[in-house]
Amino acid sequence: MIKFFAIAAISMALFSSCGNGGKGGAANGKDSTSSDKELLGAGSTFVYPLCSKLFDAYNQLTGVKVNYQSIGSGGGIKQLQAKTVDFGASDAFMSDDDIKASGADIIQFPVCMGAVVVTYNLDGVAKLKLTPEILSGIFLGNIKKWNDKEIAKANEGVKLPNTDIMVVHRSDGSGTTNIFTDYLSKVSPEWKTKIGVGKSVNWPVGVGGKGNEGVAGQVKQTPGAIGYVELAYAAKNNMAIADLKNASGNFITPSLQSVQSAANIDLPADTRITITNSPAADAYPISGFTWFILYKEQNYGGRSQAKASNVTKMMWWVTHEGQQYNEPLQYAKLSDKATKVVETLLNSVTYGGKPILTNK
Amino acid sequence: MKIESAKQKQASDWRLGIAEKIFNSLMSNAAILMIILLSGIFITLLYSSIPSIKQSGLGFIYGRVWDPVTNQFGGLSFLVGTIITTFLALIISFPFSISLGLILGEYFKKGIVSEIFKNIIELMAGVPSVIYGFGALYFLVPAIRHIETHLGVPAYGVGILTASIVLAIMIVPYWASVAREVINLAPNDLKEASYALGATRFELIRYIILPFTRSGILAGMMLALGRALGETMAVTMVIGNNNVLPKGIFDPSNTMASVIANEFTEATSDLYLSALIEIALLLFVVSLIFNLLGRQIIKRMASR
Repeated sequence: MIKFFAIAAISMALFSSCGNGGKGGAANGKDSTSSDKELLGAGSTFVYPLCSKLFDAYNQLTGVKVNYQSIGSGGGIKQLQAKTVDFGASDAFMSDDDIKASGADIIQFPVCMGAVVVTYNLDGVAKLKLTPEILSGIFLGNIKKWNDKEIAKANEGVKLPNTDIMVVHRSDGSGTTNIFTDYLSKVSPEWKTKIGVGKSVNWPVGVGGKGNEGVAGQVKQTPGAIGYVELAYAAKNNMAIADLKNASGNFITPSLQSVQSAANIDLPADTRITITNSPAADAYPISGFTWFILYKEQNYGGRSQAKASNVTKMMWWVTHEGQQYNEPLQYAKLSDKATKVVETLLNSVTYGGKPILTNK
Repeated sequence: MKIESAKQKQASDWRLGIAEKIFNSLMSNAAILMIILLSGIFITLLYSSIPSIKQSGLGFIYGRVWDPVTNQFGGLSFLVGTIITTFLALIISFPFSISLGLILGEYFKKGIVSEIFKNIIELMAGVPSVIYGFGALYFLVPAIRHIETHLGVPAYGVGILTASIVLAIMIVPYWASVAREVINLAPNDLKEASYALGATRFELIRYIILPFTRSGILAGMMLALGRALGETMAVTMVIGNNNVLPKGIFDPSNTMASVIANEFTEATSDLYLSALIEIALLLFVVSLIFNLLGRQIIKRMASR
């Protein structure tokens, strides 16, 4: 028996030294070139389909591999603060508190826009029109039945059933919820005081689905259900999408065009702005940016100049040539005004105090 | 037989003594390691929930509001959701588990039927909980929705009842296996004596076997309870994820395990994270309390 233990102990020591040997190799620079070409990003699930396509195309173009983990906007911000990823992606921009907690200057810029659409499951109703008052009333639990007079008034001529409205929201914290509640807070004072804005809120009614897929699935299977999902998910599942009345009084069908209208505004220099309830005449009111976030000073945690340069060049590509991949996947492209602001921000990313992108 | 010299015997005794000592210390070290791990988990949970405990105090246990926007956290709805689903699951699975235990322990102790049932039970115990969740989502939820429409309640399909049924199905194998073991061990002489006195099979089960195996069946229930309390994946898929206190069996709700699974990855603020960890601590403590209570009850039953 003692012999058996001795053999076990020796083999374990051999295996563990193998693992250490590999790590040791990276430390002495042998693997440093390959890890410089491997970038890590994490964050929003909303932008994951776009990221998949973008980074695959970028890899074929330049050989730089970007590994993106869609763990949620909050997770992306946390991992960036912990410096375990090179960049984060979030449907809500980093707040002042978050920036202070990360202890350094942060650059955040939008890479695409998306729409949060209201989807419903009503047999025989081809197109539902909703006003902000109706929408907030439904999600607050004040409007309980489909043939409520408010809904009937906005949908003249449509036969609405006398059934309960089954509300579906997100059970997990999400940037989609953030955009949706931001909109509701802007159009409903009751929502603003009672519920507020957040990635996770205290929903007064309804069931929760996990992720966009969960909400979409629940709405599809429950007659009389209403829920909110990203435009891409609703389009992919061929779900009924409601027209929403915007701030100018027009009923808008969600589309890339109407989202682009909403985003055609002057961005502040740090791009931290929400574009819900836009005043433009043909803008879809529940639109939002997705931001990529990275540190302004890239020389931290032993990162090399080459890696910092790869990250910044990749970001430049995503916001310029990479934009060609947005629209086929139902994400809106950045406007020219936005791109200019993004360029200024990217040019300010430094390594050791010197800007990385010099000749663009 | 080899004739050992006195010296050889002394050497082999010495080797036996060493082996004995090594074995003893390995066993006790393994046991102590388990205790250290468990206390480590408890201490970590306690330490990480201190910010939330400072904020909410004892009000966490009876607070109804779970609001991440205003940073107000109360865990009553999850506590209620957990307890209702667990006990409902136990009630629903009781007849099935006992029947299975009786069939395998009394009626078909050997043979092909026994083998089939035993394999099915083991398979059921081994199926991952996500698969139960998916099965429930595709088969159970539409069925419950159908029933709810007939009853005139809001027909979500998901809710406490659905979650309890899924839990009941998941805990049957555990309870049934333990029940089968103890029922098998009912003393044969008692059984033959009662047959000799003219008892029917049913009377045998009712008056001899069940009283004898009471404490064993309760032990099975403790095992099933522990499983049901902590079950996360299957529950979170079918419970409806509503953080408001449930008013009825068809209401969507949330359990402590499922709220952690849902909200942990996106909980950015420190207080939010700490509140979720306090929910985990609460779950830990609740499991502990139920376990201790259960053991007391079993002890009381066994001594009768």
